[in-house]
Amino acid sequence: MFTYTLRRLLIAIPTLLIISLIIFLLLEAAPGDPLGDVPLTVPPEVKAKMREALGLNSAWWVRYLLWLKQFFWVEPVHLWDYTFGTHFGDGMQRVISFQSRQPVMAIIAERMPQTLMVVGLAYIVGVLIALPIGIISAYKQYSWFDNIGTFIAMLGFSVPTFFTGVVLIIVFAVKLQWFPSVYDTMLEVTDWSSFWQQIRQMVMPVTVLALYNAAQISRFMRASMLDNLGQDYVRTARAKGLTENVVVLIHVLRNSMIPVITVIALGVPTIFGGAIITEQVFKVNGLGQQLILSIYANDLPMVMTLTFIFAILIVLFNLVADLLYGILDPRIRYD
Amino acid sequence: MPNGAEPALRVDGLKTVFRTRGGAVHAVNSVSFDLYPGELLGVVGESGSGKSVTMMSLIGLLPQPPAEIRAGEVMFEGVNLRTCSPEHLRKVRGPGIGFIFQDPMTSLNPVFTVGYQLREPLIKHMGLNKKQAHARAKELLELVGIPDAERRLKDYPHQFSGGMRQRVMIAIALTCDPKVLIADEPTTALDVTIQAQILELVKDLRQKLGMAIVWITHDLGVIAGIADRIMVMYGGQIVEQGPVKEVFRAPAHPYTQALLRTVPSVRGDRAPKLSVIEGQPPILTAAPAACSFRDRCPKAFDLCHSQNPPRFEAGPGHDAACFWNSAADSPRAAPLILTEHDHA
Ligand SMILES: Nc1ncnc2c1ncn2[C@@H]1O[C@H](COP(=O)(O)OP(=O)(O)OP(=O)(O)O)[C@@H](O)[C@H]1O
Ligand SMILES: [Mg+2]
Repeated sequence: MFTYTLRRLLIAIPTLLIISLIIFLLLEAAPGDPLGDVPLTVPPEVKAKMREALGLNSAWWVRYLLWLKQFFWVEPVHLWDYTFGTHFGDGMQRVISFQSRQPVMAIIAERMPQTLMVVGLAYIVGVLIALPIGIISAYKQYSWFDNIGTFIAMLGFSVPTFFTGVVLIIVFAVKLQWFPSVYDTMLEVTDWSSFWQQIRQMVMPVTVLALYNAAQISRFMRASMLDNLGQDYVRTARAKGLTENVVVLIHVLRNSMIPVITVIALGVPTIFGGAIITEQVFKVNGLGQQLILSIYANDLPMVMTLTFIFAILIVLFNLVADLLYGILDPRIRYD
Repeated sequence: MPNGAEPALRVDGLKTVFRTRGGAVHAVNSVSFDLYPGELLGVVGESGSGKSVTMMSLIGLLPQPPAEIRAGEVMFEGVNLRTCSPEHLRKVRGPGIGFIFQDPMTSLNPVFTVGYQLREPLIKHMGLNKKQAHARAKELLELVGIPDAERRLKDYPHQFSGGMRQRVMIAIALTCDPKVLIADEPTTALDVTIQAQILELVKDLRQKLGMAIVWITHDLGVIAGIADRIMVMYGGQIVEQGPVKEVFRAPAHPYTQALLRTVPSVRGDRAPKLSVIEGQPPILTAAPAACSFRDRCPKAFDLCHSQNPPRFEAGPGHDAACFWNSAADSPRAAPLILTEHDHA
């Protein structure tokens, strides 16, 4: 297992390098000018200076290598400095956002909590409601419970989050006025009332995303349970006189969870990606919203860095999923 | 055998139907038999004749749907297992009736160790704690001839060969010393020496525990060696049943006769050449209205095409569902009296 993990991590390095190059080239090829938003009144010489300052005049590969160095060397050194109070990184040029002229990583660190809180919570809630629904739906296949579950899952699947989001806003924020329609990011939780306010503003975005996640995962859970309920070993378990609870929740579930856990692990990177659309709809200033804003502004370092972080997470969680599979299924051996 | 003793298991008029997309499959049609304590009943019949489905119907192990048990009574220790509560059925499964399944490759749970799967019923039914259950599980593995039992308890099913897994299945069925053991082709995946070992073991247990055993097999040689009584199934029905010696000496049903001819030398004498039974097994889309063997039967006559033969007595404790009287080599004399089983 250890050597397998090590090998996979080593393979991940060239994979990620190639991915970074592809992202860079794609962004390079995209139309748009980082200085496009600069007012027309700014004289061309000044613009040229700005261009120079942003490093836009050097060849693409120089800029690519520079970014690589900044991302893989300068940023970790800064993280080290920040954590341990050292000063190794002083004077090194970090990845800077074109738009805000701040280090990209500082912006990401600032926005991460919002995303983790809203999107992460939605993922957890989604998983927690999806698993029992999937289990019961499979065990009582074609019952009214299963039919309702199927219907809701279809809704969650097929109705886009910007639609459910807007519907929720109209019903619960505008008509009923139960929840605020806009997520207040300045809110600081200091006491019970602000905590309550935080909960209230999270309810709708979390609901929208949780519904979407639950729809997918409950279907997986159901399919996996159905697969296993028909297996011969289930009959053996029943022939031993075990109760239905033990048969279903231990024997069948333990087998059914293997693919489902893999799917759940593979979905984790999407949390960090932030639900781009949902964050937009509810004005949550998380990473998803940041990505959209940066794309509009042609903020290449920001887009590049965010996209690449997602790529790392995806590669990483693919490995995590594979390792979990190996841990959960004794038939799989990695060596 | 009979001797006036109460049967350990009494099955009466059992009917099982599968509802499938292609229509109903009448897999078990009014099957009735008794099983006495300490008795070994051999069950034979070609593939698809309903041996497994009959036995699984007894303790409700068929998924319903698609299976549907339409009629019948399964009496075990004074309780009808078809109508009793699920809790009672669960208490019977294991300590009352143990089951060895046909397919050892898929009948064990792949993600639990063999030790875990053996301990489960011991803890549940025998009131053992984990340590005691572990010790007993080890004993059982040794009993079925798995070497290095202590270590193998920690292994997962995929680490065992097919034959080993079959032995694990046998050990699981034996965990709670069942009064009735149903063994569905338990030795097919085993080589001859192991098979002999297992047969010895079963004979031994039968003597020690007074276990009644149903032994499903395609191997008439095994039946000749260990069974007291034989039951021949065809098209979801029992076509002949009786003491092994009797049936082998004087098979009364043409199907049994053909079956015995397909085996080289069960009866000691050498058959001139192996024969095959011509024709196709019956299609089970409807409950039989005529003899299901008629199309393949050399003795079939008009009655066989219009009525399903009931079971006629062919000797002491020996009966056959056939209108032809093999002993006299003539059709049975009218009037034909139907046995009670047939009306079900
Ligand atoms: N789940 C099912 N759905 C539909 N038909 C079934 C199902 N299970 C069994 N059958 C049918 O029931 C009949 C009896 O099957 P059974 O498994 O009892 O045969 P068997 O005598 O045990 O054969 P074998 O010697 O091959 O094990 C067969 O015709 C089979 O096709
Ligand atoms: Mg069978």
